[in-house]
Amino acid sequence: MTPLDAKRPLQLNHQGQLRHFLSLDGLPRELLTEILDTADSFLEVGARAVKKVPLLRGRTVCNVFFENSTRTRTTFELAAQRLSADVITLNVSTSSTSKGETLFDTLRNLEAMAADMFVVRHSDSGAAHFIAEHVSPEVAIINGGDGRHAHPTQGMLDMLTIRRHKGGFENLSVAIVGDILHSRVARSNMIALKALGCPDIRVIGPKTLLPVGVEQYGVKVYTDLNEGLKDVDVVIMLRLQRERMQGGLLPSEGEFYRLFGLTTARLAGAKPDAIVMHPGPINRGVEIESAVADGAQSVILNQVTYGIAVRMAVLSMAMSGQTAQRQFEQENAQ
Amino acid sequence: MSLPNPAGLISQMAIDLTAYLGKRGISEPRFIGIRTGGVWVAQALLQALGSQAPLGTLDVSFYRDDFSQNGLHPQVRPSELPFEIEGQHLVLIDDVLMSGRTVRAALNELFDYGRPASVTLVCLLDLDAGELPISPDVTGATLSLAPNERVKLTGPTPLALELQDLTTASAAL
Repeated sequence: MTPLDAKRPLQLNHQGQLRHFLSLDGLPRELLTEILDTADSFLEVGARAVKKVPLLRGRTVCNVFFENSTRTRTTFELAAQRLSADVITLNVSTSSTSKGETLFDTLRNLEAMAADMFVVRHSDSGAAHFIAEHVSPEVAIINGGDGRHAHPTQGMLDMLTIRRHKGGFENLSVAIVGDILHSRVARSNMIALKALGCPDIRVIGPKTLLPVGVEQYGVKVYTDLNEGLKDVDVVIMLRLQRERMQGGLLPSEGEFYRLFGLTTARLAGAKPDAIVMHPGPINRGVEIESAVADGAQSVILNQVTYGIAVRMAVLSMAMSGQTAQRQFEQENAQ
Repeated sequence: MSLPNPAGLISQMAIDLTAYLGKRGISEPRFIGIRTGGVWVAQALLQALGSQAPLGTLDVSFYRDDFSQNGLHPQVRPSELPFEIEGQHLVLIDDVLMSGRTVRAALNELFDYGRPASVTLVCLLDLDAGELPISPDVTGATLSLAPNERVKLTGPTPLALELQDLTTASAAL
């Protein structure tokens, strides 16, 4: 497959519409806003007695999860089902064979099932991109999280949460707290907040869990939680990724909680109407106090609801853009 | 071709709708406009009826049958129905009836909210080009267009009808 325009990002079609959803990097503000607007409409569908629309009737969505997930997998399944698509979920365990070969073989098998769309989660950064480059041209690829790289639907559901609770991004201070180093959620959020015009993005964490050069995302770096939380409108807590931690980065979880755990007392330093977010699953008493996670300022469960709407928006927009691209290529071939 | 003035059509439509609902014995209808033009017509119609009834708005983008040809409409907005649908008499209002596919999509969407007692269809213009067995109960005017012609409603104030020529419109692109 030769791209028509080598400079055009892989995930956009000839009209600049989404055809894959791999990363928020490089996506224009208008497109992100369109995703949020479309998700708002799907949120209304989710409040009806019949929570289903016929948009993807007859299409097949295949969730391919090389890495464990509960929330992302189930909300993607529900999103596809509410769009009337047929859904299958494969939990593929990663084997010891080299990643290129394994992915490639898996891909060929999935294509043989005539799926229209793959939702891919993989522990290797770049896996979704690799699949999008090699998949048959009519299939749309959605990134459900790849390594430390990106989790674009989580990023967009976080943006929807902020927009619905704060009205916009123009005058906000947003703090992202915790294990920034291992977090694809942090990366997607920083990119999205920047693109949507948030003027004050802060990342807060211990030096060992901050990636080198994180300032390039246009964020302010804090290593002191109280200082970083001062007067913020939004606090995004990250899960301490114990399974990704390879020794030596932290003295102990207790130490981390003492310095970076979000407690009621620390949250008091933020604006009184600040909201608290977390992508889940939460580690109570490790990065967040139960009283905060269950408190009045927490919107953690709203995020799950918004996640379904955002995934419905992305699935339908990518399918739409991919269809348009195919028509365009057929017309050009004639 | 000269196009009628929507304001004039709407005052007659108000009279016709009142008569139609009276004949059917419907006393408390629920009004629903199809986004965007249908909502404008519905607002003007409610004003002509002197009614304070709440207006529901329907965005049928998720129910269209041309998704595989035209994809998703980029400016989809939430439908808002500030009343129950179940068991109610509905008045569904659109601006221009052409193929009937928008009305089909609207009916499908409405039935996902509940089972209405009846649906009365009101259209400002009927282009007499139906592709489905759908015809309005109350119409402002019926027009026949040439194959390359389309009519567009602009608004909301003032409402005006505009004739578009597809051949010149695509040449302008």
